[in-house]
Amino acid sequence: MDERELVVVGGGPAGMAAALAAGAAGVKDILLLERDQHLGGILNQCIHPGFGLHRFKEELTGPEYADRFVKQVTKTPSIEVSLRSFVVKLTSNMKISYLRPGALEEVQAKSVILATGCRERTREMIPIPGTRPSGIYPAGLAQKMINMEGWIPGKEAVIVGSGDIGLIMARRMALEGMKVKAVIEIQKQSRGLARNVAQCLDDYGIPLYLSHKIARIEGADRVEKVVVAAVDDAFCEKPGTRFELSCDTVLISVGLIPENELLEMAGAQVDRKTNTPVAAEVNRTSIRGMFACGNACKVYDLVDSVTRDSEKAGQMAAQFLKEGK
Amino acid sequence: MSRKLICIECPQGCSLEVALEGNKVVSVTGNTCPRGDKYARSEIENPVRTFTSSVLAEELDIKMLPVRTSGPIPKAGLLPAMREVKKILVSAPVETGAVLAENFMGTGVNLVACRPANKPPME
Repeated sequence: MDERELVVVGGGPAGMAAALAAGAAGVKDILLLERDQHLGGILNQCIHPGFGLHRFKEELTGPEYADRFVKQVTKTPSIEVSLRSFVVKLTSNMKISYLRPGALEEVQAKSVILATGCRERTREMIPIPGTRPSGIYPAGLAQKMINMEGWIPGKEAVIVGSGDIGLIMARRMALEGMKVKAVIEIQKQSRGLARNVAQCLDDYGIPLYLSHKIARIEGADRVEKVVVAAVDDAFCEKPGTRFELSCDTVLISVGLIPENELLEMAGAQVDRKTNTPVAAEVNRTSIRGMFACGNACKVYDLVDSVTRDSEKAGQMAAQFLKEGK
Repeated sequence: MSRKLICIECPQGCSLEVALEGNKVVSVTGNTCPRGDKYARSEIENPVRTFTSSVLAEELDIKMLPVRTSGPIPKAGLLPAMREVKKILVSAPVETGAVLAENFMGTGVNLVACRPANKPPME
């Protein structure tokens, strides 16, 4: 069986920063596993600017931010990158099985860093009554479709939830010629950054309905309309406030949930509510020598902070390998 | 007269208050760094944004190539810029920062690639 000092699962911003920092701290033998055919993770679909102000003191797009790390990773001799490599099993003693085209590989690591990111919360995770037509997408999936695949999901959209991805997608769809009719937010305030409300909604005249919810989604095969209603402080519908918005597309932007199936599989403690590792310190897990960083550890607002903390994860793994703690 | 703005220069999103005389900015308050002052003046007198999109690629290892303007362009130019980039097809490998359109739409800034695109790997 292949043996490695350190295996990093996930080649997004967290995994790349962790691998680079571990390499800089003296770890000689690092395997970085990425399921996609490119490094960069979610940054590859975040084509808007706003990244890197802390880290690089300039405003970059997601792909540019990723590219700076990809270039460093590929020229670091201690890091071997394996693309299209999907980890299917992780044990508590750090044996990893992963699929890559044509092969099931096994590797024994001395230390593991999980940088597996988040999934999007879906319609099923927030109760929205109505039918189940096509045309309902998690906002990040729509982002990937538009920015990386070149598919436009529909003509008229309503966005549920005012998280940053939803706000950024409102602007993207408006630029792509779609009519964005509204962003519906059940809270009293936007969940996204104030600057995203300004530059993504206000710039394009897209209304933001705070303290409102989607009461129903309607449509037979395809979304035809949503029914919107105002809510009170307990998030209960206020009678007599319903109105309809016709649309063929609904984007769901109601937050992210860390992806930690591998950690669970290894027997580490995972918080049921947040899906984050249970540990005393950021980046650690309940298994010694196994670390989690980036959005798999906690949901971050800024990639700059992911990089900063994930570098610490790389250093922690290096320390563990050196001193066994 | 005054106008309220949210600064978009960084994630902090300061609330700015701009005192105006006609269309001229007299003073900016609420900003916590010089970028806020600069943003507010620009936003009133000549609003600009960095334009980003993605353009079609063919026979490369990605389907769409993300692109940006190398600097901000007038806000009113964003939708025309979208129409313009729909005409672009990238079929040769590029490096990050490669110029796809010089002096893009007469804005004085270039349209550049945000990542590399290479020939697809041999199977």
